Amino acid sequence: MTQISNTMSDPIYDAVMASEEREMPPLAGEQTTKEGRSYTAKPWTLIWWRFRKHKLAMASLFFLIFCFFSALFADFISPYRPADIDKLNTFVPPANIHLFHDGKFQGPFIYALKRSRDPETARVIYERDTTKIVPISFFVEGPEYDLLGLVPTKIHLFGAADKRQKVNLLGTDSLGRDLFTRLLYGARVTLSAGLIGVAFSFVIGLFIGAIAGYYGGLVDALIQRLMEFIRSVPTIPLWMGLAAALPIAWDPLFVYVLITFILALIGWTHLARVVRGRFFALRNEDYILAARLAGASEYRIITRHMLPAMTSYIIAAVTLAIPEMILGETALSFLGLGLRPPVVSWGVLLQDAQNLRSISLAPWLLSPGIAIIFVVLAFNFLGDGLRDAADPYGR
Amino acid sequence: MLSLIVNRILWAIPTLIFVSFISFVIIQLPPGDYVTAYVAQLRHSGEYITELQEAAMRQEFGLNDPLLVQYWRWISAIVMHGDFGRSLEWNMDVKDMIWDRLGLTLAISTLSMIFTWIIAIPIGVYSATRQYSFFDYIFTVFGFIGKGIPEFMLALILMWLGYAYFNMDVGGLFSRQYETAPWSWGKFVDLLEHLWVPIVVLAFGSTAGLIRVMRANMLDELGKPYVETAYAQGFTERTVVWRYPVRIALNPFISTVGWALPALFSGDIIAAVVLNLPTTGPLLLKALQMQDMYLAGSFILILSVFTVIGTVLSDILLAVSDPRIRMA
Repeated sequence: MTQISNTMSDPIYDAVMASEEREMPPLAGEQTTKEGRSYTAKPWTLIWWRFRKHKLAMASLFFLIFCFFSALFADFISPYRPADIDKLNTFVPPANIHLFHDGKFQGPFIYALKRSRDPETARVIYERDTTKIVPISFFVEGPEYDLLGLVPTKIHLFGAADKRQKVNLLGTDSLGRDLFTRLLYGARVTLSAGLIGVAFSFVIGLFIGAIAGYYGGLVDALIQRLMEFIRSVPTIPLWMGLAAALPIAWDPLFVYVLITFILALIGWTHLARVVRGRFFALRNEDYILAARLAGASEYRIITRHMLPAMTSYIIAAVTLAIPEMILGETALSFLGLGLRPPVVSWGVLLQDAQNLRSISLAPWLLSPGIAIIFVVLAFNFLGDGLRDAADPYGR
Repeated sequence: MLSLIVNRILWAIPTLIFVSFISFVIIQLPPGDYVTAYVAQLRHSGEYITELQEAAMRQEFGLNDPLLVQYWRWISAIVMHGDFGRSLEWNMDVKDMIWDRLGLTLAISTLSMIFTWIIAIPIGVYSATRQYSFFDYIFTVFGFIGKGIPEFMLALILMWLGYAYFNMDVGGLFSRQYETAPWSWGKFVDLLEHLWVPIVVLAFGSTAGLIRVMRANMLDELGKPYVETAYAQGFTERTVVWRYPVRIALNPFISTVGWALPALFSGDIIAAVVLNLPTTGPLLLKALQMQDMYLAGSFILILSVFTVIGTVLSDILLAVSDPRIRMA
């Protein structure tokens, strides 16, 4: 074949050469530097370059960073405290922020709330009084808190300039608690539960997957069976069963850790499968054989030669596992078997929106659900982008 | 072929033992036991029970025996006599309570699975053969959104939409006048009117996922030489696509039928609680909240057993449909 293409003209070869000749000259200078850069770039730089092209994944990354920061600084961003009850402000609809009043720029403000009663049903009706404006000012004083648990302060990002008025961006619930505040505090619990649950399942999955993939044979067969056993149990009933067995009287923090652990008990199988598959693929690589021939210990081969080659895959798999954990936590809490009030998580918040009556009365109670959808989507996009970027044979 | 089927069925046995053991452990997990609960119930109704009587009862029910002995007694009663124990909360035999609800759960799960396939396969094929077309993008977006929306959220949103814009109550399986009525044509039509909501809720997420899988499988197959050969022989596109690559692209579907079942059961539980359906979900939830553990454990056991059977069936189906697996 090579001889033929040397002596006779190979149309494909010619076409390739021609196209290269056609494209090369004008781009030559730029091409070499770019090529040179990608030859010397470290694997992580290459992954980052590939990831950066994924617009949706980049947007998701920024969105998630934004979410985690909002959760971290929830007490600063939110104008109130999550448990502050206001009996005169129950089921207040969300307030729209306006900038112009009567065609004049006013800075951000909301219209004041007018409270009246339905003469027939005696239900409280709220209306926005479009003549009275409540300006929103920034860095106002509010309830005291410790910023990051360290700095005691009273400053909140925003709030009503007039202390007697309230700014409820997402409305209030049946006890008059500010939903925006609760959403931010709930983000702390829900998002961190996702991360901690994945951390648990990551440790279990990595350990067991590595053992199965590295040793193979009987050990692998046994572990494969075990994983099949676990996956043949329907997830939610098992989670429910385990979660229901936790005593209600325990410390909420402890329950929280146990719930994430229960989520991880099932979640690890997916990670273990990814790790095992990669180990199988890598085990027969020449460079692993070379390391073995050079006398490297098993521990060294696994940690220095095999794990670095699969980190990117593991990161992608972990990212894709986080939304599963978040959905698991919310589903359990939503059913009343996971976290319970007074702990605030998105699942706990959605408990208020469980029946038709409250949804029809106060549809804004569904907003934690919208938040869940966005966060889960963002994690999925991010994971997809990472997976594509981590694949060296991808486009 | 026969040996493969026998082999799969034999492998299912340890799995079944494992899931039944897990279910039993769940029954045992909460503090206290059957007698504690029973005595509390009796005391509540005014009867006087001494410590001694309590201990005697424990002895009689064999609650002091080791866990494995108790497990053996529990599982052999189920296997030999179909006796699942007694529900304290309802004061009924568990076996009288579960079969109706299980039937409905199975019906809804099966229907939504069929629904998923009917929708996902043609769309997946379309998306692959018309890659990067307008509708391909639409379906891709739909696929991602379907992955992101949890079942209970979808159920809540549908409920709200139904209430706010169509002024109808989409919860439950029957209208009020048919709830206790005997089966009739009117009741059947009424059932169909309510049934679509849980089926859409359950099918939505899995449809989205399966469209993605089908599209990826088809794209892998469409580039292969045998497809080109088929085109070269002058078949129409429809014949080529549906007769060859689709059949191969379906394999992963068949092998995941078994995995789809636990997901459907899980989804059914949450959707049923929200939509107030008379399926296993709400009763299981109630049983768990009341720590009515025999009832809860039986549900978990039966749902798991169905899953294991589903997995075995899908393995066998896969062997039937794919000679490469059958011959290996």
